Amino acid sequence: MASVLRAEGISKSFGPIEVLKDISLDLQAGEVHAVIGENGAGKSTLMRILSGHLLPSQGALLLDGVPVRFSGPVEAEAQGIVLVHQEILLAEDLTVAENVFLGREIKRLGFVDDRTMRDKTRAILNDLGAVIDPDTHVRNLSIADRQLVQIARALLVPHRVVAFDEPTAVLTPVEAESLFAIIRKLREQNVAVLYISHRLNEVKAIADRVTVLRDGRLVTNRDIEGLEPLEMARLMVGRDMSKLYPEKPAGASADTVLAVRDFTVPGHVTRASFSLRRGEILGFGGLIGAGRTELFESLLGLRAGHGSITLHGASIRFKDAREAMAAGIVYLSEDRKGKGLLLQQNLRVNLTLAALEKFTRASLMDRGAEEGALDKAIQDFDIRARRRDMLAGQLSGGNQQKLLLAKMMLAEPQIVIIDEPTRGVDIGTKQQIYSFIASLAQEGRSVIVISSEMQELIGLCHRVLVMRNGQIAGEVEGNRLTEDAIVFLATGVHEERAAEIAAGHV
Amino acid sequence: MTETVIRSASQARRFSVDMRTLSPFIALIVLIIAGTLINPDFLTASNLLNVVTRSAFIAIIAVGATFVISGGGLDLSVGSMAALIAGAMILILNRMGGADVGTLAMGMGAALALGAVCGLANGLIVTFGRIEPFIVTLGTMGIFRSLVIWLAAGGTITLRNADLREIYRPAYFGTIAGIPVPILVFLVVAAIGAVLLYRTSFGRHVIAIGSNEDVARYSGVPIWRVRTLTYVIQGICVAIAVLVYVPRLGSATPTTGLLWELQAITAVVVGGTALRGGIGRIWGTVAGAVILELVANIMVLSNFVSEFLVGAVQGAIIIIAMLVQRSFQRGR
Repeated sequence: MASVLRAEGISKSFGPIEVLKDISLDLQAGEVHAVIGENGAGKSTLMRILSGHLLPSQGALLLDGVPVRFSGPVEAEAQGIVLVHQEILLAEDLTVAENVFLGREIKRLGFVDDRTMRDKTRAILNDLGAVIDPDTHVRNLSIADRQLVQIARALLVPHRVVAFDEPTAVLTPVEAESLFAIIRKLREQNVAVLYISHRLNEVKAIADRVTVLRDGRLVTNRDIEGLEPLEMARLMVGRDMSKLYPEKPAGASADTVLAVRDFTVPGHVTRASFSLRRGEILGFGGLIGAGRTELFESLLGLRAGHGSITLHGASIRFKDAREAMAAGIVYLSEDRKGKGLLLQQNLRVNLTLAALEKFTRASLMDRGAEEGALDKAIQDFDIRARRRDMLAGQLSGGNQQKLLLAKMMLAEPQIVIIDEPTRGVDIGTKQQIYSFIASLAQEGRSVIVISSEMQELIGLCHRVLVMRNGQIAGEVEGNRLTEDAIVFLATGVHEERAAEIAAGHV
Repeated sequence: MTETVIRSASQARRFSVDMRTLSPFIALIVLIIAGTLINPDFLTASNLLNVVTRSAFIAIIAVGATFVISGGGLDLSVGSMAALIAGAMILILNRMGGADVGTLAMGMGAALALGAVCGLANGLIVTFGRIEPFIVTLGTMGIFRSLVIWLAAGGTITLRNADLREIYRPAYFGTIAGIPVPILVFLVVAAIGAVLLYRTSFGRHVIAIGSNEDVARYSGVPIWRVRTLTYVIQGICVAIAVLVYVPRLGSATPTTGLLWELQAITAVVVGGTALRGGIGRIWGTVAGAVILELVANIMVLSNFVSEFLVGAVQGAIIIIAMLVQRSFQRGR
């Protein structure tokens, strides 16, 4: 097969720090080539070099066998190499069509030609199998639809190489399946697809070849044939990963810590009731948009809602997160960058923000105590930061999650609510986070895990409640805790049927 | 990105030279050198003390503005607020009629209270009304200004009692240990501001809200209280500036404090505080206020540029400061 884009001995340093060393990769037309590795392994840097966002410090890029040196992403795009970013980079107040053509508007007589752009947008979205009105404002689209718009925007230019940077991080399994259909279609059109992901099952399902990176070095290039997810994980982490989930803690005591009755969040949740026991890990499953996040934000006083909450047998109501923390409940947002951490501030400021009163003496901040707490957090949570005065935004996703955990644990909570604990987190860090969650329950605290990853709920939780359309659709535990049971409750249909719906065969 | 665990704190410290913090002070030193070269009279104690004294009003107001701006807010009403407080204070002193320290103290107390109330109004409208601070303070700016004009009936409000004026005089013209009182007041205000912003949990909360309000809310920071308090601090700072300002002329007019808001914001931004919030620099603000006055002073002492163009040069300074800050951001 013909090689489209080839990297030969690529290295990249930022100052004294070498993030990539001697990476070679050969991308061929009509293949899906997955790049996997832990957070911080250098996947994103490699991707940015291949797509012209960065220049390599050493080594060469060859396009059709000819050495190239891109001045920037625009030049790479002109050569047919496009990158679909991990983050959604769209202007919310513009329409879908305006976004798709942003910066390359079609003009007639010097004025923008809205009609042509709208028609072309509709055509390209249809190609992707999406039903999105080009005149909708992006603000009103779901995350999954925004992702599709972003893909449509990337595919608008003539393309030979399409790079996806963790495209399924924000998608539900059903939505991810339609993305795979798009990728397979690209492959049929003889496009070379680069695919970065943490989800090894996906890689197994979609990729033809796999490149594994570890600590900025190339571990291997292999065909997917005979390469199982467990082996991929071992290659990535460099150690055996067969025990991803810890032993479930010996079980919850009988006493109920938290009981919620008939809780309603206008527009999101209707009459949800559940209870949580001491030492229990309780899972909340369901599709994105089922109202899980809203339910807990509302319970903690972060958005409006009504219903009864009983904590340790006493009726209670929280006006804001501060009151909830004082009562021993913390909530770790799924939106780490937007609601969890101050990306522009350093680690120390982030760590102590939710528990500042513990670091004040005679109403003045005690910098030494803060530094001590940071030392301890870096130790206890294995936060890997290149420098101590790094900004939180410069940490990788996994380390951000560890920092957020450390921050919230400073409030010494009895009930910990974690929303999507491992979103955007690599597999090695996942294992650490899982065992940390288990140890919380072991210590007699109660944990609620909200997750869209069913394996995670099954591997981690004693009991899982599944939400659908703002209601708690049911509960599964023990032997009945299976993927099939969760999907059934989340969608109201059995799995085969759900797959059919996703594939559009209804 | 390859990440390795930090080895030692001392090693990390070497990296932490922050140009954003240093640049206003470097600019200050450069200006002083330039001034000395241009005119030998520049580097005299009397000239420099004079410059710093003149910068005191703006500096005191700008310390308050540092809180508002680093918390992600903005207060355009400070100039009008200063005029209103000055006018109201003089009217109160005139009404009480006494010529003793007690009367003066009560007048001053009233001024501080009025400043706090004006700031509270701004803060409550911004937080509870959920309106952009730019709009809210644009509105109160108009309200405060026209209240002064109304109180003064379009003319001048003058402190009538000559004896009281004499008692009050040292607040601007007096010196303690050779240092003019306004400079002392300004240093004390800045020192208190620095402790409040850098060393208390309130200061940390201000920076957190300015960085990202959602994160602050999810972390249990009392957003409304902290944000309102920044405006109250601003109001009190304006009142303190007025206390020092009134004895200078002994009167308030409809043009008192005109464009002070722009000078205060300029001082804050030149000092390295981020206009979008999340970074606050009290001593930078102090340097910024002095820089503005130094530039004016050098222009008067030199013959290169007409002193009527002071405003233009100050306007250019804020733009240059933003460009410099932008280049540091890229470097990060």
